[in-house]
Amino acid sequence: MLHCDGITLSVPGRVLCRDLTFTVEPGQLWAVLGVNGSGKTTLIHALSGLARCDDGAVLLNGSALESGDSRRRAREIGVLLQQEEADFWGSVLEYVLLGRFPHTQSWFGWGSEDEEAALAALAAVGMTGFARRRYATLSGGERQRARIAQILAQGPRLYLLDEPLQHLDLRHQTAALALFQQLAVERGKAVMMVLHDTLWPGRYCSHALLMHDDGTARAGPAREVLDRAVLERLYGCPLQEFAQGAGRYFLPDV
Amino acid sequence: MSRPLLLAIALLTAAMASLFAALLSGTFPISVPQLFDGIFSPAPGVAHDVIWQLRVPRALAAFACGGLLALSGVLLQVLLRNALADPYILGVSSGASLGALAALTLGAGAALMNTAALAGAIAAIIIVFGLSFRRGDWNAYRVLLTGVVLSSGLSALISLTLVMAPQGQVKGMLFWLMGDLSYAGDPLVAWLILAVLTTLGITQATRLDLLGLGELKAQALGVAVTPLQLGIFFGAALATVAAVLLGGAIGFVGLLIPHAIRLLGVANHRALLPLAVLLGGAFLTLADTLARTLLAPQQLPVGVLTALLGVPAMLVLLGRRR
Repeated sequence: MLHCDGITLSVPGRVLCRDLTFTVEPGQLWAVLGVNGSGKTTLIHALSGLARCDDGAVLLNGSALESGDSRRRAREIGVLLQQEEADFWGSVLEYVLLGRFPHTQSWFGWGSEDEEAALAALAAVGMTGFARRRYATLSGGERQRARIAQILAQGPRLYLLDEPLQHLDLRHQTAALALFQQLAVERGKAVMMVLHDTLWPGRYCSHALLMHDDGTARAGPAREVLDRAVLERLYGCPLQEFAQGAGRYFLPDV
Repeated sequence: MSRPLLLAIALLTAAMASLFAALLSGTFPISVPQLFDGIFSPAPGVAHDVIWQLRVPRALAAFACGGLLALSGVLLQVLLRNALADPYILGVSSGASLGALAALTLGAGAALMNTAALAGAIAAIIIVFGLSFRRGDWNAYRVLLTGVVLSSGLSALISLTLVMAPQGQVKGMLFWLMGDLSYAGDPLVAWLILAVLTTLGITQATRLDLLGLGELKAQALGVAVTPLQLGIFFGAALATVAAVLLGGAIGFVGLLIPHAIRLLGVANHRALLPLAVLLGGAFLTLADTLARTLLAPQQLPVGVLTALLGVPAMLVLLGRRR
């Protein structure tokens, strides 16, 4: 559904990735891994149409990302940004409802189906009781869950998540990962998420994209790409590998 | 009942009350029965003439002017994502003031003065827009800074004009600079602009809410950000020009009325916009009524009254915030 055709991304003074080609299909759950500053966020922005590629093209269902109406694009692609610039003035429910913007028909407010979608999304992240709370009073982790709920209410077909697990405690990290896996496996969505934790990709993800800081990258099925030696080179840090049940877990060997 | 609805009822009542107060007060005494007679009966008479030719246009001009300034303030605060943005940040008032003062100095009449003010305002808008929106690249910070820089440059020219002007004209100029509705023309166009912009603003309210969260966030949720920003810029500029042409550079309303509504607990733009328009209109109508009656027959510049009335009210609101 999303095809990256030889894209090159750079920030002033540095090439982040060169001639990167891969395809994300429905049902796949991707991990994007790399050290700080390796270009993970820039990639997420380029894939969602928020930033331009220097070269190459991002194709959504066969047509270029820039073409077409931005609301239609937001029905296809949802982005969880790493950070939001401004505080929000209203309740948690009002915040989640903003995710329904690409679907609204009315000029004068939200419909009942929007409210239902927002409440269902809040339930999915375990925040039903928070609907009336002021967003500004939430803790960091609660905000992160509200932001996940917002993208669930948006209900795109491709989820691009920039550090979706930040600020979450262990229980909510696993709950969020199970939720993303369910989106991909059971509901046929495509999910791509930036992760910093080597514990999770080998347990939950079907695919992985490794961005090295020399501008090379490697994309493919998780069992091929996630290799201890490769990850050690990626992070510049010795790792231990454990296999347990369905998962392969990597831990820093310190 | 929800807070926005409650506020809407309260402010509608306040708006009606302020308009009635404006029609009832003045040097020529008019009682309530006379007012209703004058409004609804076509019979000519002094009361009828005073009501229809003096007080109704003036009250409507004050209301439209206040509503337009508040609307413009809301729009610019979200466009620039700066709580201190006000309608005059675009240099509109200083451009208009300089135009008007230049015309006054040259001994022009009221019509020419308005044309000069309009020309000055448009010139300021074009300069701010041209400098801050080059190559399709929009930057709120640059808009803000350009507007501030241009305004201070124009202010210097205004001061220069004041110093150079003949003694007899300075008082008229000061009234224009402080804001004064005595020479407000027909408020019909201003009302049309107010109605159209408020309606448009309400239909775009969700986009404004999203833009308030940041450009990237708005874009991520499907807002075409640049067209929206252009719309806000020119909508706010139009509202400000219409207001300035009615009442000169009336301060306080555009900056603080939106904050007053927010402090009363309403921040989503679908409610904030119309409520700010109502409060701005009612507030300026009241201030203008006081400006022309407090020391009658002496008229005070309404801009002084808006600050004298508004500052204590805002301080109380700020103080009670939890």
